[in-house]
Amino acid sequence: MHRENCQLSSLDELEQEALQAVASAADAAALDRVRVHYLGKKGLLTQQLKQLGKLPADERPVAGQEINRIKQLIQENINTHGETLQCAALDAQLAGEKIDVTLPGRGQLKGGLHPVTRTTRRIEQLFLPLGFTVEEGPEIEDDHHNFGALNIPDHHPARAMHDTFYIDAQTLLRTHTSPVQVRVMEQRDPPLRIIAPGRVYRCDSDLTHTPMFHQVEGLLVDEHASFASLKGLIDEFLRAFFEQEDLAVRFRPSYFPFTEPSAEVDIQCVMCAGDGCRVCSHTGWLEVLGCGMVHPNVFEQVGIDNERFTGFAFGMGVERLAMLRYGVNDLRLFFENDMNFLTQFN
Amino acid sequence: MKFSEKWLREWVNPAVSTEELVEQLTMAGLEVDSVEPAGAGLESLLVGEVVSVDKHPDADKLRVCQVHAGQEQPLQIVCGAPNVSVGGKYPLAPVGGCLPGGIKIKKSKLRGIESQGMLCSAQELGLGEDHDGLMVLPVEAEAGQTLQDLLGLDDNIIELDLTPNRGDCLGIEGIAREVGTLLRSAVTTVATSPVVATIDDQLGIDIQAPEACPQYLGRVIRGIDVNARTPLWMQERLRRSGIRSLGAVVDVTNYVLLELGQPMHAFDLARLSGGVRVRYAGKGEELTLLDERTVALDADTVVIADHDKPLAIAGVMGGVDSGVQEDTRDLFLECAFFPPEMIAGRARTYGMHTESAHRFERGVDPGLQRRAIERATELLIGITGGEAGPVSTVMSSEHLPATNPVVLRKARIQRVLGMLPDDGEVADILDRLGMAVTEQHDGWLVQPPGFRFDIKIEADLIEEIGRIYGYNRLPSVSLLGAMEVQAVTETDIPLIEFCNVLVARGYQEAVTYSFIDEVMQAQINPGMVPVRLANPISSEMAEMRTSLWPGLLKAVQHNVHRQKSRLRFFEHGLRFYLQDDGVIYQDVMLAGVISGSRLPEGWDGKEEPVDFYDLKNDVETLLQLTGDPDRFTFTGSEHTALHPGQSAAIQCAGRTIGWMGRIHPSLARTCDLAADTCLFELEYKSVNASQLTEFQSISRYPSIRRDLAVVVDADLQAGALKAAVREVAGDLLQEILVFDVYQGKGIETGRKSIAFGLILQDNSRTLTEQDIEAVVVKVTDQLGEKFGATLRD
Repeated sequence: MHRENCQLSSLDELEQEALQAVASAADAAALDRVRVHYLGKKGLLTQQLKQLGKLPADERPVAGQEINRIKQLIQENINTHGETLQCAALDAQLAGEKIDVTLPGRGQLKGGLHPVTRTTRRIEQLFLPLGFTVEEGPEIEDDHHNFGALNIPDHHPARAMHDTFYIDAQTLLRTHTSPVQVRVMEQRDPPLRIIAPGRVYRCDSDLTHTPMFHQVEGLLVDEHASFASLKGLIDEFLRAFFEQEDLAVRFRPSYFPFTEPSAEVDIQCVMCAGDGCRVCSHTGWLEVLGCGMVHPNVFEQVGIDNERFTGFAFGMGVERLAMLRYGVNDLRLFFENDMNFLTQFN
Repeated sequence: MKFSEKWLREWVNPAVSTEELVEQLTMAGLEVDSVEPAGAGLESLLVGEVVSVDKHPDADKLRVCQVHAGQEQPLQIVCGAPNVSVGGKYPLAPVGGCLPGGIKIKKSKLRGIESQGMLCSAQELGLGEDHDGLMVLPVEAEAGQTLQDLLGLDDNIIELDLTPNRGDCLGIEGIAREVGTLLRSAVTTVATSPVVATIDDQLGIDIQAPEACPQYLGRVIRGIDVNARTPLWMQERLRRSGIRSLGAVVDVTNYVLLELGQPMHAFDLARLSGGVRVRYAGKGEELTLLDERTVALDADTVVIADHDKPLAIAGVMGGVDSGVQEDTRDLFLECAFFPPEMIAGRARTYGMHTESAHRFERGVDPGLQRRAIERATELLIGITGGEAGPVSTVMSSEHLPATNPVVLRKARIQRVLGMLPDDGEVADILDRLGMAVTEQHDGWLVQPPGFRFDIKIEADLIEEIGRIYGYNRLPSVSLLGAMEVQAVTETDIPLIEFCNVLVARGYQEAVTYSFIDEVMQAQINPGMVPVRLANPISSEMAEMRTSLWPGLLKAVQHNVHRQKSRLRFFEHGLRFYLQDDGVIYQDVMLAGVISGSRLPEGWDGKEEPVDFYDLKNDVETLLQLTGDPDRFTFTGSEHTALHPGQSAAIQCAGRTIGWMGRIHPSLARTCDLAADTCLFELEYKSVNASQLTEFQSISRYPSIRRDLAVVVDADLQAGALKAAVREVAGDLLQEILVFDVYQGKGIETGRKSIAFGLILQDNSRTLTEQDIEAVVVKVTDQLGEKFGATLRD
């Protein structure tokens, strides 16, 4: 560093020395000091350049070229090393900022819908695209809408199948969602496509009955409805609901005063695939739904022309479907509101 | 309807297995509930004949018997039954055998004497309720014969869950007819020959209510042995149908009821005065029934009476005084037709359910009575002896149900079922169902048989066609119809959107009963008149809820008792209340409750309990769904269930549409809940509509915020302050934000500091300092005048 003459041999040494100094700079500040020492205004190489004039004229171009080459080389090395140092510093910073990502996040977590709502929603989602609308009706009903208008006159034996909660002689808690059909037919003209989900009540409480439960009623009235289209709709609905393309569905003759022909619908047991188990009482079949063609007496009472229109209705128990879908084995759990139960459906 | 398969097969015996038979019945709408073996667990039992009976040396009540059971040596059996006697034949469970329920019989010693088996009572074998003594087997039983063989126990008991329209299948004959139709099998009707009258005795029959009793047959039978034993085969058939043997006379009427479906009644002739009258009950009349209950008769109840007193409730139950008793010698046998509408509901009115009423309510064939009374007489005399008088018949044909022919159109079958079977098949089905069919150009004219008076209209016939053809053979097609765009009102807010907001904010949906405890109701919402159930399950479920809070608090309680302390529940559903005008109101409500810590327990800070403002933020978020939350105000107001200083009525256009607040400490104590529990409830109909957005142009000029802190009286509410600011601030004011409320050091007692930011903006220019200052002056003047507010230093 104390060379008087600009000789090519000493430039070599300077180059070696500078590259060495760059490489050993430990951080950005040290590197900058190296830069100033060699390339700064008063840096060694800058001085070399300034001393070019002292050289014989014929040596100057060569020496000048050489100094510039070295300057450039050092600058490149400084840049490269600088980047390396920057990366290392960032790495060090990041390493110091490391957190435990397995700790839980801060703030509110989501809750969830009740399995009955969830199941009702699923049923709605399957019917709405077919042009069905969702309708509701009162839960405290009058005798006429719950029974009379549905072709269940006073003292009809079918009333014994409905253990009814009464408010007074003419007022009761609806025993099924079927009164909603009547209310809709009273207010609107066909064609009609509705479903009516809601709470229903029966005066019955034991292991397999709760005094309140939920049903979804369906009604379609138009100029084409037939038992064949009822079958088609129910088949398609049940297969979609259980997401089982090949689910076996069968229709059994039954009796509801407000439909004729009437049917109960069984599906192949979803627990044992029809092999027979405790859930299906070893029959391989599960009853899931009641349905039928709207009885002419019902149409007559609401003033729908029996010759022009036909209709069908169906009704299903929401808890029953939820139990089968999710494998719940105790009906009463639906109304205990135990978090350990409810959160399983979130 | 429970019955013996063997009995059915005597009537109709298709070449199918029990499983196939049961499947066919179920798939034809006669749902089979169960099939049980008739003598389960009785395989090892034998007939034992007692050869000798000796006293037990060491026990007064025990006897040592030698019993012949087919082996060379009689078996020694120790027995405690009082009725064991030499020559008697009883069921014997030998050593190594089993009793029903799996009890194994072992060689044992009873008070030192060896017993090589057990003689059994009917109850021990599940063959009856008699447990006072051994079951007495008939004399013709052979010692050593298996009980199975003797009683025909290789049989099944089939139980049908019949729908109310199929009263015709409440007898073996009806079921046989149905099986015959389904399986194309011939039905053998039991041969009944009229019993020739050997005496002339008749009893006068006076039908005073012919509409209630269009047909009444009666017959006197004299000189019966009322204690004659019902033959075992009959007892067994009754048992397999779930009916107890109650003596020969009652057994025979029950047997005919099961066989033909015709209820009958036998009176003790000696206890009838004058003759029989069928009439409505008179005022104040009472009757003690066979079940020994005395009932006051309603005026619309039809009774069978004699000339002095009512004897029986027609078609429902007989009276105890006129029934067959131990000394009965002479009978009056009744076999009548009562129309369903006259019997329906009567049994229930008196809190009864009888086999007879069950059948008449559903309909008995009006053409059956003659056959039934002959059948019963024949069976009865065969068992009890006696002599029968002629059958007296009183009939009022205009009151008998008319069986009119029904028109059945091919086009209608096609329309309703979605397909039309071949003409031949339709005619064949109708024919097999016992219908008389006349072909017409577009269909058939069909005359249903008397036993099917559920068939009244065309739809009834179409159902029968579908049922017998087979529902599962009918086509299944997809819905057809015009695809119309459905109307959707954009400003309606579906309930589920509110639910989704709450779920996202950590609430769990609950579903609680709509009927609740009246005590809790009174504690929580005494202001409303609840609707009461006339027949509740219990007092805890006696009143319809006037609020969703009691149910939600119970849900919280349930979980608190299960080590859950942080709870957030919501529920939607109807609440019910009675208005002064007697009208019942049913409104959809949305309610929620929060309790425990504000956030789920974390790792970086202390837990803070929820308070009013946590809940208020949830409620405000719900109200934001309306797009116009400012139309709702929160007014400090008191509610029985809530802390008086931390409760608000939520109002809209001057009406209270909901409540929220912290639970009242005393309610929290009674319900064993945390004091920090907070509740809200909103009327859905008041929050379910928003307004269609009308676009407002967006200012391109900067907004300016000016913060002010004023000192006011401590009880001034922020809402009032904001309203006062809005009154004077003018159009430039975009928003007011309260960002600090302070009471304490530096503020005199009874006063507080409220700091708020005014956000000002104009649509057409950048605001100048003068503009802003003008607003600030107006605001400070207003607050000073109205509330004595001073600017805080």
